[in-house]
Amino acid sequence: MVLLALLAVTTVAVVRVRNLFAVAVLTGVYSFLMATVLIVLDAVDVAMTEASVGAGIAMVLMLGALYLTKTDESPPVHTVLLPVFVAGVTGVALIWAMSALPPFGAAATPLQLAGPDYLQRSLAETGIPNVVTSVLASYRGYDTLGETTVIFTAGIAVLLLLKRGPAREGGDDDQQPS
Amino acid sequence: MSGLVGDLVAHFNQWITVFLMVSGLFIVIARGNMIKKLVGLSLFQTSVYLLYIAPGKILGGTAPIISPRFSVYSNPLPHVLILTAIVVGVATLALGLALVVRINEAYGTIEEDEIFEQDSGR
Amino acid sequence: MRLDIILRVTTKLLLPLMLLFAAYVQFHGDFGPGGGFQAGVIAGATFILYGLIYGLGAVMRVLPMALVETLIPLGVLIYAGVGVFAMLAGGNFLDYTRLAHEPAHGQELGVFLVEVGVFVTVSSTMLAIFYALAGRGRR
Repeated sequence: MVLLALLAVTTVAVVRVRNLFAVAVLTGVYSFLMATVLIVLDAVDVAMTEASVGAGIAMVLMLGALYLTKTDESPPVHTVLLPVFVAGVTGVALIWAMSALPPFGAAATPLQLAGPDYLQRSLAETGIPNVVTSVLASYRGYDTLGETTVIFTAGIAVLLLLKRGPAREGGDDDQQPS
Repeated sequence: MSGLVGDLVAHFNQWITVFLMVSGLFIVIARGNMIKKLVGLSLFQTSVYLLYIAPGKILGGTAPIISPRFSVYSNPLPHVLILTAIVVGVATLALGLALVVRINEAYGTIEEDEIFEQDSGR
Repeated sequence: MRLDIILRVTTKLLLPLMLLFAAYVQFHGDFGPGGGFQAGVIAGATFILYGLIYGLGAVMRVLPMALVETLIPLGVLIYAGVGVFAMLAGGNFLDYTRLAHEPAHGQELGVFLVEVGVFVTVSSTMLAIFYALAGRGRR
């Protein structure tokens, strides 16, 4: 619970702080806190992925992008009343919808209908004790193929947008923005 | 009074999840800086991860790795979905940042209102 | 005496450990937390760290851009290739039970190959994005 409160405090800091370099570092802090919360919730695979991806790669990408643009955010121009109102209405609606969820940690909910089936079948059919890996790679392998294609597409697209040709010493970027 | 406090404790993680979601939404709508908007979007996505994984936990269970010492495991299905979602989220963030870099080179700024001024003035 | 000598020495000590940890996470993904994605991200981060500390030219000598550009689709090809091979062997697409003489062995082999494909694509994509962002400097 302390971790969740720390998450909330970090989020408020991200909203308020205007120096973008600090925002990048705060996002890394947020990812680490989120990974710790996920470990408390017994999601070890997800926690490892969130820690390495969020606090490692995402922060490096943001710092790289900040290097190429500017590092301070301008003060807000429009009033914040309408966004606060929209966000507040959305929050109230979400809390009202989530009050119908079962209490934390219960075992006999409709959510648990599909999961235990995989837990029983995995060791016998695939011989892999880590059920998350066996579901990811074998039972739901087609989804993982799609995910790998998404990463491939993102890499190709970033290369298309940002790659320069062979190094030109002091040359300007002479392409027209299309 | 104790009923309300007990209710608060039992639903604390849901309230925090909603708070994270709403503040991510607020950053996307209210701030004009493009990189800050992308940060708000990734904040929103991580709150959705929490939303998915918290109901999957069973009190007294353990991580879904089969071992002869344990008998109650948490549900592995949300873990798989969220694993995919995290990686897709970072791919989107990388693409968004590449677009912001190109916008900066084309317009000279990454503030949304200045870009709109330049577009309507042209 | 350069100012960043602590960073350089520490990085030199850490880099082989990071690669070893990435290999460990990749191959022990069956028995503990891990798998292709985490290992790919850690391996990509290793090369990014080398590029951050020692300069873009140094890391581009180790892994040239052409090699990284070839590796990105190679992982997807491995993954889809396993699926097509399973189809040619008589089963459905991505049906691992046909890959070996026993269904359980086929499943293990299929999962291993698929995770290798994911590892290759994820690590080379992270490195390629870093090359693209760092190579477009304010010169």
